[in-house]
Amino acid sequence: MKRSLYSRIWPNATAVVLFIGFVFPVYWMFATALKPTGDIISEDPVWFPTDVTFEHFETATGVDHFWTYVTNSLTVTVLAVVFSLVIALAGSFALARMRFRGRRGFVVGFMLAQMAPWEVMIIAMYMIVRDASMLNSLVPLTLFYMMMILPFTILTLRGFVAAVPKELEESAMVDGCTRAQAFRRVILPLLAPGLMSTSLFGFITAWNEFALVLVLNKDAEAQTLPLWLSGFQTQFGNDWGATMAASSLFAVPILILFVYLQRKAVSGLTAGAVKG
Amino acid sequence: MTVQTERPPSGPADVRKADDGGPGRPTPRAASRAGALAPYLLLLPACAATVLLLGWPLLKDVLLSFQNLNMAQLIQHVTEWNGVDNYREVLTGEDFWRVTLRSILFTAANVVLIMVLGTLVGLLLARLGKRMRFTLLLGLVLAWAMPVVAATTVYQWLFAQRFGVVNWVLDKLGWHSMADYSWTSSQMSTFFVVTLLIVWMSIPFVAINLYAATTTIPNELYEAAALDGAGGWRSFTTVTLPFLRPFLYATTFLEIIWVFKAFVQVFTFNGGGPDRLTEILPVYAYVEGVGNQHYGMGAAIAVLTILILLGLTAYYLRIVLKQENEEEAGL
Repeated sequence: MKRSLYSRIWPNATAVVLFIGFVFPVYWMFATALKPTGDIISEDPVWFPTDVTFEHFETATGVDHFWTYVTNSLTVTVLAVVFSLVIALAGSFALARMRFRGRRGFVVGFMLAQMAPWEVMIIAMYMIVRDASMLNSLVPLTLFYMMMILPFTILTLRGFVAAVPKELEESAMVDGCTRAQAFRRVILPLLAPGLMSTSLFGFITAWNEFALVLVLNKDAEAQTLPLWLSGFQTQFGNDWGATMAASSLFAVPILILFVYLQRKAVSGLTAGAVKG
Repeated sequence: MTVQTERPPSGPADVRKADDGGPGRPTPRAASRAGALAPYLLLLPACAATVLLLGWPLLKDVLLSFQNLNMAQLIQHVTEWNGVDNYREVLTGEDFWRVTLRSILFTAANVVLIMVLGTLVGLLLARLGKRMRFTLLLGLVLAWAMPVVAATTVYQWLFAQRFGVVNWVLDKLGWHSMADYSWTSSQMSTFFVVTLLIVWMSIPFVAINLYAATTTIPNELYEAAALDGAGGWRSFTTVTLPFLRPFLYATTFLEIIWVFKAFVQVFTFNGGGPDRLTEILPVYAYVEGVGNQHYGMGAAIAVLTILILLGLTAYYLRIVLKQENEEEAGL
């Protein structure tokens, strides 16, 4: 009897401890962002923000070029995702629905491309972009981000295309649709949820990218939010309130997307590309 | 569900249906000739992008690694080939080997921690009641979702010398020398925080996927094991573990690859410092190449790093593909 009580309690107790461990850094980020500076630099930590203030968010967004960073980040990310979706849709349709020589080779190729060591290729990318006189431009950034998420997008969409019953497409073709029409009218609408979640994961990857923009774009006009965030601490000394407010602003869209996508994450869809 | 993208999220059955339906369908001859080209045309944009945006930088990296390219050459736009000088310098120097060894140890420590703790958390998830499981899942997903740069900044704050909450806790626990401890001041303490950060960020992926994998283990197997008189531990080693082995194998490799190239965490936390003592290979390539403007040298280091990663990736893909072939054969 005693043992069963014990064995009922310990998993829950461990879970509570783990929950606190995993959530605390996220909580502390938001809590610090909302506390007045006096509570942040107090000898004993103030565990719960009692007088909530938004002054740190004002400091964080009041930085020069803040809205440029936001616009740049959004432009680059959205364009990269849209381009890669269009390109991937064509490719994934071929990989999922057609039989042809070298099909498996293409799949393995994209799997390899998905694991590309982008962090290590920065020097070469810098040289290429510099030789093209495209430093401090959003164009190369968009193209490379598109490429970073393309293999993942193809491989994932391939699964979604394959999951649409072939009979639907065939019956549309029997009714007189061409293959392209059948694709547009039958498959595409059914793919909407798949496109949605795939593009969100692509969005997360491009939104978080740091190493490439760090090297390519030294000009503030062409920088993105990750640089704004990482430069914060040096710029503001130890203004942890503003730094945490910046972190919160940067993380919130991703946290919301991710929690929304969690179901899909569990189904194994995330493999590889999502991790920062 | 295992950790791989080759298999679509809807499960293998659907793909097989789609694939098997392909060749049997009668098509008019003219259409079939155009149809034979269609898949290649559809794949053309993706392949062109891959060659141009991934293949070219890779090739460029190799080319740069055979050049004497420092600030002077960079400004004057001259190409000076110097054969294998960069490689000779890198491979005979002490630094490269020291950094490589450090990278391997760092990766090993992280991956062991991630896999052991991630597995334990995953198994715990399977044991929990519904509400508690949801709570823990929510916590894991939050940690998983934190953008790397944001997470690193938060850890800098948690471990800040002044007013950092970790130092305060250690002080209150009676470790008074830690009250004003600077975590970025030594190699080991920097690695400690970076490791904690990486492990914190990576456990959710392993745990959640492992939990998902355990839910696919047929209950009959446990019943059969129980009938044969297996206890908790024995049914774990004879049913759960063999079932999860392919998953654990693939995930371990994935984590090795990810941790090995963990540039952002190491670089943004302490810039590879103090005294370049926490540089791992990608950071070393960056600091040598971009930071110290020895672009040729940096490229050579990058090529060597890529070769190591390529070996790891090939091995990982072999595991995944073999696993998949077995699954297809078994169905």
